Amino acid sequence: MNPLIQFTLFLADSNLILSQKNAEWCGHGPILEQDIAITNITLDLLGQARYFYQYAAELMNQAGHTHITEDSLAYLRTEREFKNLLLCEQPNGDWAQTVLRQFFYSVYQQSLYQQILQQSNSQLSAIAEKSLKEITYHIKWSSEWVVRLGDGTPLSHHKMLQAIKALWPYTGEFFTPTDFEKEIIPIDYEKLKMQWIDSVQNVLEEAGLPMPQNIFMHTGGKLGSHTEHLGYILAEMQYLQRTYPNAQW
Amino acid sequence: MHNGNNMPQTQEILTILGQVCDPEIPVLSIIDLGIIRQVKISDNQIEIIITPTYSGCPAMDAISIDIKLKLIEHGYSQVKITSILSPAWTTDWITETGKRKLKAYGIAPPQYSGSPAKNVECPQCHSQHTKLLSQFGSTACKALYQCNDCKEPFDYFKCH
Repeated sequence: MNPLIQFTLFLADSNLILSQKNAEWCGHGPILEQDIAITNITLDLLGQARYFYQYAAELMNQAGHTHITEDSLAYLRTEREFKNLLLCEQPNGDWAQTVLRQFFYSVYQQSLYQQILQQSNSQLSAIAEKSLKEITYHIKWSSEWVVRLGDGTPLSHHKMLQAIKALWPYTGEFFTPTDFEKEIIPIDYEKLKMQWIDSVQNVLEEAGLPMPQNIFMHTGGKLGSHTEHLGYILAEMQYLQRTYPNAQW
Repeated sequence: MHNGNNMPQTQEILTILGQVCDPEIPVLSIIDLGIIRQVKISDNQIEIIITPTYSGCPAMDAISIDIKLKLIEHGYSQVKITSILSPAWTTDWITETGKRKLKAYGIAPPQYSGSPAKNVECPQCHSQHTKLLSQFGSTACKALYQCNDCKEPFDYFKCH
């Protein structure tokens, strides 16, 4: 498959899977305002995913595939075909784990999209431009939570430590480019990593939380090798279209 | 906004579009909201170019359908809606009329994105003495505030 299509699907899948996970909080948030906040972020992620899927579908149909749509890409691909980051499919855990996952992802998204914005691909940069305005809010919200819990009670601090321990091993993949990434657009991965580490370190410091060092990092999500969690997510998300093909609201 | 060559007809279309309301904030028309970017008129088709407010805003699908229905009502059956992302929509495109309507409806209008941030004014008692309750309100475009003087909670249309 053409590297541009793979890259676009990687962006789409990461957003879709994280939005699907966050959506599980709908009706279960710790208080009403935060329930609404996490679901609003979820909607933004889903909307951004749709732009990427629509663009991927257009590219695929031009390349000779037939009848590819945003829906067929989301609902009819198998686990091995999904290219999302491993971080996005990790369990919600408690509120600490959910807000930390969002924070790690949003900071990465911001640096990556700022680079995409400078690229010559006009559709990807238009989506990046639109998304960056929303991501600013996501970072503000999630970083405030990281500080509030990290610098909160001994219990909330402990939960934040647990969340860092659970999620950190999935962040190395952000900066490990696959072949399709190397082939399409010149992303500066060193710069991406430095910006991410910098922003994360500032917030963790303010929260009184340690930066993990020399931790083993998992990779493979971008190439379709996932943790055991993705299969369950897809089983639930794709159930309706798999059972009743072409069902509509 | 760029209009097609056919000015009188473009004006007529814009007047019709002025009757299409945002389903979430029904006091605002889509013209007030600043999401109509261009109207293209050709012999047999009208193309309306719109830009989304927020990526995940569920109102966008409803708005596209409402535009088509409203134009059909006025005898335009061949309507194409095209969505463009760049330049990205900003609350600065909400018209002055739109901002007045928002305030009268009880939603504090957005501040200009370039100007230094001021206190959000309570749309009920006009006090500047207000506080943020939640960055995210009842829809993606709003934050929840409360007035410290009249105690009334209210929505603020976030600067975007």
